[in-house]
Amino acid sequence: MTATEHLGAAVGLGDDQLLAMYRMVALARAIDERMWILNRAGRVPFVISGQGHEGAQVGIVSALRPGLDWMVPYYRSIAAVLTFGMSPREIMLAQYAKASDPSSGGRQMPGHYGGAAYNILSSSSPVATQILHAAGIALAAQIRGTGQVAITFMGEGSSNQGDVHEGLNFAAIHHLPMILVVENNGYAISVPSVKELALPDVAARAAGYGIPGVIVDGADVLGAYRVAREAVERARTGGGPTLIEAKVTRLTPHSSDDQQTKYRTAEELAAERARDPLPRFREQLATAGILTPEIEGRLATEIAGLVDDATSYAESQPDPDPASATWYVYAEDRPATGGGAG
Amino acid sequence: MAIRTFLEAIRDTLGEEMRRDPSIIVLGEDVGVKGGVFLVTDGLHAEFGETRVIDTPLTESMIVGTSIGAAANGLRPVAEIQFADFIFPAFNQIVSEAARMRYRSNNAFGCPITIRAPYGGGVHGALYHSQSVEAFFTHVPGLKVIVPSTPYDAKGLLRSAIRDDDPVLFFEHKKMYRSVRGDVPDGEYTVPIGRAAVTRVGTRVTVVAYGLMAHYALEAAERVAEEGISVEVVDLRTLRPLDRETLLGSVRKTGKCLVVYEDNRFGGYGAEIAAIVAEEAFDYLDGPVMRVAGPDVPGVPYNHVLEDWFMVNPEKIAEGIRTLAAY
Repeated sequence: MTATEHLGAAVGLGDDQLLAMYRMVALARAIDERMWILNRAGRVPFVISGQGHEGAQVGIVSALRPGLDWMVPYYRSIAAVLTFGMSPREIMLAQYAKASDPSSGGRQMPGHYGGAAYNILSSSSPVATQILHAAGIALAAQIRGTGQVAITFMGEGSSNQGDVHEGLNFAAIHHLPMILVVENNGYAISVPSVKELALPDVAARAAGYGIPGVIVDGADVLGAYRVAREAVERARTGGGPTLIEAKVTRLTPHSSDDQQTKYRTAEELAAERARDPLPRFREQLATAGILTPEIEGRLATEIAGLVDDATSYAESQPDPDPASATWYVYAEDRPATGGGAG
Repeated sequence: MAIRTFLEAIRDTLGEEMRRDPSIIVLGEDVGVKGGVFLVTDGLHAEFGETRVIDTPLTESMIVGTSIGAAANGLRPVAEIQFADFIFPAFNQIVSEAARMRYRSNNAFGCPITIRAPYGGGVHGALYHSQSVEAFFTHVPGLKVIVPSTPYDAKGLLRSAIRDDDPVLFFEHKKMYRSVRGDVPDGEYTVPIGRAAVTRVGTRVTVVAYGLMAHYALEAAERVAEEGISVEVVDLRTLRPLDRETLLGSVRKTGKCLVVYEDNRFGGYGAEIAAIVAEEAFDYLDGPVMRVAGPDVPGVPYNHVLEDWFMVNPEKIAEGIRTLAAY
């Protein structure tokens, strides 16, 4: 058995699938980095980032079935929504708040992902409300017998909200096909987890609902995929919800309006770089002989092209018409105004 | 045509709509085997089973939040909040999520949910089983708010609410559940959301009311009629969207407007009615827009003497009419 076969066999994935996952992690990172450049250049007013979270998101979402399953994302879910089907152009349309932004038509801040075409429910800013929406989607899936799984994401800071308790309790009672992913990056904006949680692991709370709580290293893309695959299988076969806690690092400030050096030391920030999922996954695949220098070069070129295309495309698109600002407070008959950008 | 109580009209509607549309579910606290604390959902569990009539934990935020998600994935939930007083844990889900879903997604997602809640005082419910909470929600674009006063309207409006593609709050005055009866047609009918009704035609004063107060307004109108004051009563039925045409049409005719609501006076829903009338019918007014409303204390007290002190009643409304008529 070669190293290549061993790496893929351990999680049931072929080399093409592993490379696709690597491409997605790298693509999410590249778009995210471009968002910051655009912000610092004064082109877009706000960025909220997923850097450091991409490995967990790509690994976990790769276990789902886009087009069938549902996702209720949160503001760091850039890699998750890309993996679920959103395009770089659509991410950038939201970043520029353009009329054809599928998430909100430029109405919401960037990072509030949603897309009817992808079964990605619109998300808001009050944290943890989305857990209940995922439970409701899962309830509907169960009642309608659709075989769908609803997955939702949040940070460990959100885990203290009452909606989390109410949602997990209900999902557990009814064995709903739901997965809650907690991306624990150790900070709720500036507050470290020792001041948010009395125990180190959010996953420990799962026992209180009688459901599995699984911890995974968020820099271990394949490890994240493995636990998610088990959770999806459990959900799809009537086994009920799973709480997955991915230990991740937040490589950026909370948002473009935050200065994290005020509350994180230079030493800590430097050390956190070692937990970056991107170089780790790259090295893992390179060591296994899957990611050759040729393939990596080709991917880098492709990704740079996608990011440039998405940026110039979004920048060229029209802003929303002020006359449309009163639309869709309620349902109304009106021709569609935009939508996906491919 | 049959005589039904207010409660029976609501219960009948739930059953009929659930028979018509398998995507409708009912969820809330005690709505299942028990049939709800007021028995509004009695019989639904037996007919439709626990899959479609769901007894929830005591988690109002979850009741609304899961309804939002279930609606996104093809169901049409009718949620019950056991008492309107207990709706506040769900406030964030209603206001931040349900109300804003369509707007924030640029019409990609809607939120076809109905939230029923018994409200109102005069039933010895004290501070936490008596509140009128409509003003918190009528303030919010994206929500529709209905407060019916008759079995006919309750049935027709609940049917419209369930079939509506946006979130609707449906407040039922608990004192009316068994005390109010009326004709309800046998066939399927709807009452459109956003249409008020002139329930008494008059010439000198317009009284604007809704819910239980719509009944009390009619009683008050009858009392002052004996004194020679001709009162027109407008039962709003839907608070948002508001039927401005009927409201303003009546005030422009009578030149005087008395707004009646059971909620605390300050900042209550009637304050918006007064503002609209002042802005849009000023040239027709022959006196100040006045209000008869609940006193500004934090709740309806329990003791019957105190409760009577709190509650707006026909005589208090009649006094308001006399004062305004004499202006």
